[in-house]
Amino acid sequence: MASKKLELSEIDKAPTGIPGLDDITHGGLPAGRPTLVAGGPGSGKTLLGVSFLVNGAQSFGEPGVLVTFEENAEELARDVRSLGYDLPRLVEQKKLLVDYVHVDRSEIEETGEYDLEGLFVRLEHAIKQIGARRVMLDTIETLFGGLKDTGILRAELRRLFRWLRDRQITTVVTAERGDQLFTRQGLEEYITDAVITLDHRVHEQISTRRIRVVKYRGSTHGTNEYPFLIDRDGLQVLPVTSLLLEHAAPDERVSSGLPALDDMLGAKGFYRGSTVLLSGTAGTGKTTLAAHFVEAACRRGEKCLYFLFEESPQQMMRNMRSAGVDISKWVAKGLLQFHADRPNRHGLETHLLAMHQAVEMFEPDVVVMDPITNLLAVGTTIDVRSMLTRVIDFLKMRGITALFTSLTSADQSLERTETMISSLMDTWILVATLLEGNHRVRQIYVLKSRGMPHSDEVRNFRFTPHGIEIDSPGKRVAKRAGSRRGK
Amino acid sequence: MGSDKFELRLYVAGQTPKAIRAFANLRRICDEHLAGRYSIEVVDLVENPALGRGDQILALPTLVRRLPTPIKKIIGDLSNTERVLVGLDLRPRRANA
Repeated sequence: MASKKLELSEIDKAPTGIPGLDDITHGGLPAGRPTLVAGGPGSGKTLLGVSFLVNGAQSFGEPGVLVTFEENAEELARDVRSLGYDLPRLVEQKKLLVDYVHVDRSEIEETGEYDLEGLFVRLEHAIKQIGARRVMLDTIETLFGGLKDTGILRAELRRLFRWLRDRQITTVVTAERGDQLFTRQGLEEYITDAVITLDHRVHEQISTRRIRVVKYRGSTHGTNEYPFLIDRDGLQVLPVTSLLLEHAAPDERVSSGLPALDDMLGAKGFYRGSTVLLSGTAGTGKTTLAAHFVEAACRRGEKCLYFLFEESPQQMMRNMRSAGVDISKWVAKGLLQFHADRPNRHGLETHLLAMHQAVEMFEPDVVVMDPITNLLAVGTTIDVRSMLTRVIDFLKMRGITALFTSLTSADQSLERTETMISSLMDTWILVATLLEGNHRVRQIYVLKSRGMPHSDEVRNFRFTPHGIEIDSPGKRVAKRAGSRRGK
Repeated sequence: MGSDKFELRLYVAGQTPKAIRAFANLRRICDEHLAGRYSIEVVDLVENPALGRGDQILALPTLVRRLPTPIKKIIGDLSNTERVLVGLDLRPRRANA
């Protein structure tokens, strides 16, 4: 290994340039060694390898050789073009070399002793031609279908990986996922430096891709399964900033949009960059409260991104207009942007990515998600929580103040969810309606708010032609046993 | 059929024992079965690495029958004469071959 500082040195890493993957591997793949990438058909292993080569060639000054056993250079170039990769151009610039190794058992007769020196010669020639530092073998297991003598093949593969290691070439070896083993041919026996598995699951007709670093010799790594996406920008592993808890915590406060609610929050409102959960049963005014928050933010000249999971923006703005909170003017001024999407149209990770992209494009100060409970239609409680953890981390890193509404119902599962996600929130506000005599009374209270003195009062509120009005303190509120319990 | 000219190419990488054996076996088989109507070109990939791509060479030694068409490949040191003859289409392929 090259000379390194004394810091309990992790091994050298070769960055993949794949967003998120370098985070969970703490820097990339083991430099100068082979990594096994195993997954079923269509799991994205070829794309992972191609991304590793393309990024190496384009961003890290490391030319790469792609040895493909299944598709020829033209087919491969076509497959990855839609993802923004221009292989022919890289080939022209001598940053990439594609060698298609074709084996067809039906045209080959085997007689007597042989070895795979031809493959070695070709590989060495290719590496020398462009000064390659990276190699991808996709999918070398194909050789098991092309050659009968598996004894020779196994011995030669072992020699090949040693050969690549000796030359300090960072290599991605893709393989088909096996039933018992990581790979169908047990390649993990030869490649012990790092093993990554890819998985493509369908839960209630919605597909989710996952990636896991199963093994990484000489390095720490995230051991969870992480969702990843393949879209027009290539492959991305979803942000795993949650491994760290180091976002800034500003002292600045922002108004909730309602002076009386600010009053209940230490007289100043929310902390900027904090997360607020607003929960209540149907028709309690959650969206209207959110609209007040948006109105105040836009009035301060801040940009607000509003994710709707239930209604269309038009419908929502119309309803708010009739509730006395007209936020549609901010859309025209470019301060308010809506993103409406049906939760069940995509898997959770696609939603997460869409949110990321929207946030990165619009750069909002404030984000509202209304209602997050609808995401439960797409994934399990645990999945939703893990997704929200990532969303929240992402928003906090950017100092964005976020308001999430949550629909409470008698349904047990939803209540459990609320308990699970509330721990991610800095402030939790509850709204409820109850019957008093023959009319309904609306109530609001702050269940928790980290880092600030907050009111433990339950206050009544009502809808007026100018939006929501919360009673001033001390006013008599309707009684409901047990409704004032904090956490 | 019997008068076709055989154009053969033997790929090796250096003078390895396997390569030498393969060449000797090939000469013997050709002299016995193709006397007067064959040519052998030996390609050493150590000297000409770029040539490995064209004929899709992977295993070594590889014997390529370039003519008559279709192209045939036989890999190994050609020690099993019977299989070499089958591979060159000079013997009918048995069912279990």
